[in-house]
Amino acid sequence: MDFGTFLIQILNSVQYGLLLFMLAAGLTLIFGIMGVVNLAHGSFYMLGAYLAWFLAAQLGSFTLALVVGVVLAVAFGLLLERVLFRYFYHRSHLDQVLLTFGLIYIFEESRSILWGDDVHSVNIPAALSASIPLTENLSYPVYRLFMSGVCIALALGLYWLISKTKLGMKIRAGAFNRDMAQALGVNVKRIQMVVFALGVGLAAISGMIASPISSVYPNMGSSVLIMCFVVVVIGGIGSVRGALIAALLVGLVDTFGKVLFPSVSSMLVYVLMAAVLLWKPEGLFKQ
Amino acid sequence: MSVSATHLERLPRSVQLCLALGALALLVFPFVGSDFYVSMVTRMMILAILAMSLDLLQGVTGLVSLGHAAFFGLAGYVLAFASPADAGASIWWSLPLAVFGAGLAALIIGFFVVRTQGIYFIMVTMAFAQMVYYLFFDNKVLGGSDGLYINLKPTMALGSFVLLDLDNKRSLFYLVLALTALVYGFLRRLLFSPFGRTLSGIRINEHRMRAMGYSTFGYKLAAFTLAGGLAGVAGYLWGAQTGYINPDLMGFHTSAHTIMMVILGGMGNFAGAIVGAFAFEILLHVFKDLSKHWQLLMGTFIVAVVVFAPRGLLGWFERSNNKETQHD
Repeated sequence: MDFGTFLIQILNSVQYGLLLFMLAAGLTLIFGIMGVVNLAHGSFYMLGAYLAWFLAAQLGSFTLALVVGVVLAVAFGLLLERVLFRYFYHRSHLDQVLLTFGLIYIFEESRSILWGDDVHSVNIPAALSASIPLTENLSYPVYRLFMSGVCIALALGLYWLISKTKLGMKIRAGAFNRDMAQALGVNVKRIQMVVFALGVGLAAISGMIASPISSVYPNMGSSVLIMCFVVVVIGGIGSVRGALIAALLVGLVDTFGKVLFPSVSSMLVYVLMAAVLLWKPEGLFKQ
Repeated sequence: MSVSATHLERLPRSVQLCLALGALALLVFPFVGSDFYVSMVTRMMILAILAMSLDLLQGVTGLVSLGHAAFFGLAGYVLAFASPADAGASIWWSLPLAVFGAGLAALIIGFFVVRTQGIYFIMVTMAFAQMVYYLFFDNKVLGGSDGLYINLKPTMALGSFVLLDLDNKRSLFYLVLALTALVYGFLRRLLFSPFGRTLSGIRINEHRMRAMGYSTFGYKLAAFTLAGGLAGVAGYLWGAQTGYINPDLMGFHTSAHTIMMVILGGMGNFAGAIVGAFAFEILLHVFKDLSKHWQLLMGTFIVAVVVFAPRGLLGWFERSNNKETQHD
């Protein structure tokens, strides 16, 4: 592997890892703070991708579609939390698994009724469609750099939100000791609503920015969901920092696995997970 | 693990009577039902075996596995590979081989997953099942995404006399019925054996069991392996019935459906798993008949069950038979 190819693989793995982080961060926060297993998290990713495709066609602008899509996704998250998830924070994991599995069916079929079962492609916005030449015959698409940029910006934003703001302080208090936070006057119910919507928003953004590269298709949430689970298991439930490191690790193993060991590449990530489980059954950064 | 501590373990007389009547009805069913319904009931019984095997983990031990279908599918693959090209496989050795294969896989995967708890266990079982799924999906040698055909059905012969040929729908029906009864009887005995009591103890309070000197890791691994092997019985029969096996059988939709069957009937007593498997398949059949958007109906139904009847059909009997004390 020459240097140019190596560089491209590194950039690809970081981009994939960051995208996984966006998804896993929401999932791990929802686990950590509300104790909910959410199998439907992949559906929010799919929702984002379909919103990007649908709105970009309707509004004629990918950027505008992103903005409107995020607002819609967050509103959807708030609604879902209010009418359904709120009542499942204290139920058994088994009930949560079934609830969210039922939701996958409902979301998939609603998607099929609303938008059909065809595969759609989303155009890369013109301003980002260029490629940066690396060597004479290798180049790297600007859009992938843009994706990584968006993810890094959001990751920094998330870090700032959780560790520097008053809201973040309340979120951490709620995660650390729910009853105590409540007793001290934190409106834990509202915090939970915000965290849930934040998770949905992050997943939807991931789906939106990934849509021009991955295209938009039915059941696109399932494989992403399982990868997120692997990331959360490796990183440790509830740990956003763990999710970041695990996501980058998974991105690296997956991308280089495909190049170096193509016949077993799809299994390598799970081997990584098994190794981590042997070493630390509760993930690298248990909260 | 926040699975409820008490279940209906000893069945009330009314339920026992219903089960006995149901078994009698099944005995005569092939003589009154059409081919289509005989096949459908055969499939329901196969799924009942799968659901019972999961109930050992989910209802008895309190381990919620989202990867149980992997062992089910694996046994089907074992049958596909064990079938010679020019004849059906002999049930005498292919069935034990399939069960052993599924059990061995469960032992290996169990070694990793059983050390995790609660939410981790759910996610890790799902991830490992997905690994097995990809192993078969990506490798052409293992059938790839198209799966494998089992062209000639397994047979059971004594010398040159053919006892059973599973190509015959009635033979298959009675073999499946016999195995369903056998698995049910075995698991019921197991439930009240010291081993079964220990598993129940682990569900109710694992820390206490460990403090009392039980190696809970070993018990949970044994339960996981046994459940995997029994899922293998169901997978073998599924392969024998449909003659076709593909990676989707091992996917998490199959696992989640099985969880739903166990929930629907009521956990922890195996009878509920049978009732749930039948009820789920009938519902699926009705929903698919009703509309091409059956997933919407099924999804809504699942959500409704979780919201309104989380303890299943047999859970209704619990109120009239609530002698056990609550530990919640």
